[in-house]
Amino acid sequence: MATVSMTVNGKAVTATVDPRTLLVQLLRENLRLTGTHVGCDTSQCGACVVHVDGKAVKSCTALAVSLDGASVTTIEGLATNGALHPMQEAFREHHGLQCGYCTPGMIMAAVDMVNRRGNDLDEKTIREDLDGNICRCTGYHNIVKAIAAGAEAMGGKVQVRQAAE
Amino acid sequence: MSATGIGASVRRKEDHRYITGQGRYTDDINRPGQAHAWFLRSPHAHATLKSIDAKAAAAMPGVLGIFTGDDLAADKVGGLICGWMIHNKDGTPMRAGAHPALAQRKVRYVGDHVAVIVAETLAQARDASEAIVVDYGVLPAVVDTASAAGAKTVVHAEAPDNTVFNWHLGNKAETEAAFKAAKHVTKLDIVNNRLVPNPMEPRAAVGDYDQGEGAFTLYTTSQNPHVARLVLSAFIGIAPENKLRVIAPDVGGGFGSKIFIYAEETVCVWAAKKVGRPVKWTSDRTEAFLSDAHGRDHVTHAELATDADGKITALRVKTTANLGAYLSTFSSSVPTYLYAPLLSGSYDIPAIYAEVDAVYTNTAPVDAYRGAGRPEATFVVERLVEVAARQLGKDPAKFRMQNYVKKFPHQTPVIMMYDAGNYGASMKKALEIIDYKGIGKRKRDSARNGKLRGIGFSSYIEACGIAPSAAVGSLGAGVGLWESAEVRVNPVGTVEVLTGSHSHGQGHETTFAQLVSGKLGIPIENVSIVHGDTDKVQMGMGTYGSRSGAVGMSAIFKALDKVIAKGKKVAAYVLEADEADIDFADGHFKVKGTDKTLDFGSCALQAYIAHKFNGQDLEPGLKEGAFYDPTNFTFPAGVHICEVEIDPDTGVTAIERWAAVDDFGVVINPMIVEGQVHGGIAQGVGQALLEGAKYNADGQLVTASFMDYCMPRADDLPSFDVGMTVTPCPSNPLGIKGCGEAGAIAAPPAVINAITDALGHEDIAMPATPQAVWRAAQKTVKRMAAE
Amino acid sequence: MYAFAYHRPATARQAAGLLAKKEDAKLLAGGHTLLPTMKQRLASPAHLVDLGACADLKGIERKGRNLVIGAMSTHAEVAASPVVQEAIPGLAYLASHIGDPHVRHRGTIGGSVANNDPAADYPSACLALGATIVTNKRKIEADAFFTGLYETALEEGEIITKIAFPVASKAAYAKFRNPASRYALVGVFVAKRGSDVRVAVIGAGEGGVFRWSEGEAALKARFAPKSLDGVKASAKGINADMHADAEYRAHLIGVMAKEAVARAVGK
Repeated sequence: MATVSMTVNGKAVTATVDPRTLLVQLLRENLRLTGTHVGCDTSQCGACVVHVDGKAVKSCTALAVSLDGASVTTIEGLATNGALHPMQEAFREHHGLQCGYCTPGMIMAAVDMVNRRGNDLDEKTIREDLDGNICRCTGYHNIVKAIAAGAEAMGGKVQVRQAAE
Repeated sequence: MSATGIGASVRRKEDHRYITGQGRYTDDINRPGQAHAWFLRSPHAHATLKSIDAKAAAAMPGVLGIFTGDDLAADKVGGLICGWMIHNKDGTPMRAGAHPALAQRKVRYVGDHVAVIVAETLAQARDASEAIVVDYGVLPAVVDTASAAGAKTVVHAEAPDNTVFNWHLGNKAETEAAFKAAKHVTKLDIVNNRLVPNPMEPRAAVGDYDQGEGAFTLYTTSQNPHVARLVLSAFIGIAPENKLRVIAPDVGGGFGSKIFIYAEETVCVWAAKKVGRPVKWTSDRTEAFLSDAHGRDHVTHAELATDADGKITALRVKTTANLGAYLSTFSSSVPTYLYAPLLSGSYDIPAIYAEVDAVYTNTAPVDAYRGAGRPEATFVVERLVEVAARQLGKDPAKFRMQNYVKKFPHQTPVIMMYDAGNYGASMKKALEIIDYKGIGKRKRDSARNGKLRGIGFSSYIEACGIAPSAAVGSLGAGVGLWESAEVRVNPVGTVEVLTGSHSHGQGHETTFAQLVSGKLGIPIENVSIVHGDTDKVQMGMGTYGSRSGAVGMSAIFKALDKVIAKGKKVAAYVLEADEADIDFADGHFKVKGTDKTLDFGSCALQAYIAHKFNGQDLEPGLKEGAFYDPTNFTFPAGVHICEVEIDPDTGVTAIERWAAVDDFGVVINPMIVEGQVHGGIAQGVGQALLEGAKYNADGQLVTASFMDYCMPRADDLPSFDVGMTVTPCPSNPLGIKGCGEAGAIAAPPAVINAITDALGHEDIAMPATPQAVWRAAQKTVKRMAAE
Repeated sequence: MYAFAYHRPATARQAAGLLAKKEDAKLLAGGHTLLPTMKQRLASPAHLVDLGACADLKGIERKGRNLVIGAMSTHAEVAASPVVQEAIPGLAYLASHIGDPHVRHRGTIGGSVANNDPAADYPSACLALGATIVTNKRKIEADAFFTGLYETALEEGEIITKIAFPVASKAAYAKFRNPASRYALVGVFVAKRGSDVRVAVIGAGEGGVFRWSEGEAALKARFAPKSLDGVKASAKGINADMHADAEYRAHLIGVMAKEAVARAVGK
């Protein structure tokens, strides 16, 4: 067993885990943060995407012990003081989700996309940058719209609802 | 139209929990004392089980129990069932082999279930599975659909030629006469590729047994928990229905694959009693590839006859359908009654004859996958029609319009009676959206850049709103396909609707609430939809076949009518008026010709306090239930047009434009309906361009992960132009036809018709991968160079 | 995953010590090949030596005519590095197209090169640019480093510490992705330094990354896309699988090489 300490959604956590524990298992099983999902075994679907030190990673492909001292943000930590993050708001406003299973990973990936590529995202950029996330329900049409609107709203100039119109 | 009533794009009520990570899926559930199951699966496609030695494994750390097919048999646990009886041409019943949840004596596909190991942790269960020694007597495998019948290898002794049934539909003599008289006959050989459904949430189950109550609970990823309970109880014999609760919480997509009652869920709930602990199993993606029911897998020869005027006179089809190693829950109905009755398409075809042979192979079971039979039928019809138009030198849009059904109701030669539609209106709208007039210029522009551009049509029809119980009963269904609803009005006027439909992404919590909010005139926040729990919801048949709107909501509609009728009785007492003089509108009961009113909430309170009436004359309370059994299928139809550009150098096909015009009848929430269209198209494009499950000759699934099975990603798809036309469905009170499968049904022929248009020849199969298109395009490039 | 003992050294030297001391130990870099393999129980090292805390394996710098990249630099770091973008923009482009954004945040150049996956991108850049792979023990020329599928010249206990890429006058990468896995079905890196032209191909060779001599000869005459007109790669020795046969892959070598050259000359 090994001890790992990290900050998860702003809270310090320490856990004693088998070294083979993946970050996603630590989140889901030890911390009961079940918003982060597992959709494949080959690091492709992106349902497990969380932010580690501000960058999107696949939590199914990282050992928890490797991330000692890291700061992790999951979908549960995205809203602040009960106010939805603009990207969350955009997914709802633009119907960017159906079954909801890929959604946490999609939203975390989308926020990371804005962090890397800025607030003005065209359709081509969004589609190409989404290649680490698979959705089986939406055909991506509304996810792309949601990300464009969420990105703009993250810039602070407009509200998501306005961006939708 | 109110802001939250029928026709409004209300933002989804369920989304808040999904976007904040608070969704509750089966794998999120953990029961106190829970143990974990791992299934030892066959690495061979076909083998006898000579012996299974689990002694060493049973002694390993954490192991609570190891069970095989013999243990299930000893407990008299029945096999998995196929709930639809198909009869052969000669009237004899189909030949079905047994389907034990854990294999007995023989394994029949890679991934078949040899044993279950229950342990304290998943890792321990998996470790122990590797210590089980199985002596397999490896047999040759039969894999190929077209050659399975009569192969030397026999999958089930009950079907010695590997043929489950040979079935037919339509009028053979008339069809043959029409072909003899035909001016032109178009012939095609078609393979409808095998697909893996791959909802993003893998299947999962937690079985729990309460010793005190002697009752089981199964938490599972199901589109139809009541059907699961019925099958587990009445056929498999886990427990009587009153001692078995099935809960399907949030379900992360299904597309058909979560309709069926599988081995793993069955074993988990049974094993919970065996080991005296809750037992959890969550599929990993590899297991999902191996053991979720696959879709499609048809090999077809089809012919279309036309007369001198270009009028279609007859269609004949010979299909072999691969059902895999065992008959899954509804598998036999898919290539028969969900397929051949759709072969008339949107067209007036006087004579149709279809023969379907279903075969066993050493592959995963095949069952309903989004569209289920209807995509296969649509592909046959729309490819034939497109090719016929090309061969006759006719414009494919005009050729379709010439042959459309124009008068309703229309009786086809293959069971269905189309009740309403206006196919020409959808075609006209789609042509406008795609700018059909400009296609010539766009083709020339592409050619100048060394690219090949093509346009393809698909004018699909489907039969949804599954289904009138008596009708399907006469065709072999083992169950009725009604839906049930209960509307429970609380004393403060809030409403719970208990429905047997179960959302797995369709947004029922919003759409159903819109109906209730609109009809009762109450705020949408005051309406809660309760589903997915057999202890809470009275009865149900679940969600598949685009039935939840047309059938599920019709049941709610009926129950709401009863609530309003009862409310009128209450209001009559409260308002001291005659019941016949009470009107209900905009959330108020009103005495005709007066200003006396009672709002809905007050009426509910009065119904429960029962102060204003005698409880013997009128029962207190405001709660009504209804079962709705449809009188006909519904017939959503539409036109999808796809425009592609092919790079002949790499074979990459880019979808440049997509116009979809669908007639779903009355639409409750356009935003949600459009979302269903988008998702369906994506799956159809996946089938046409990217996806295909492949087994090698030994029966190994070589596309068993996302590394090798190509799932559509965002950059494989364009944005879609979605339009609608509306002819209300006459057979249900809401006029709804259903929308869940349309895209997946419409899309594949639209894509392939576009590619073949670009190529100038028909020689391409699905999936049209870059390699396949590159090879096909070489012919085109050579021909163009020669010209 | 099978159980293993976990070690997290702070320096490459400590890591080497652990490798020498522990039986059946494996190095963990970004983990994007090793961890999925272990999850599927296809690898079962007794000890895992995680290089994630080795600060001495990080860093990207220009040293004279060389671009030197620490082995634990992630693909995202290489892609975003102004030093790389200035020195060899084609290498930054390559890094920005490995896997997906999330993979690039964890996957490392050292891990990719050490693994020598026939469908990975970096080996092509190493070979085409004539890189030197620096280990804790020695320096190995790229030409001698990649010895076969998943095989390299690395010996027991040897750790890649950095990779030095001589700066080329023109260099670019183009790849055709496997539609399913998004790994390279065929990737071609072209580099021109003085009169020397190298064309390295990944994804296609039965033996892993290789140099395409016919392409190099044609481009030496004139470094332009047109020079590759009519130059066909032979399908002999080219990998065939369910995603692409040898003929198609060989054809794509020509197409991708042309695209890479066009990119290199800024067309």
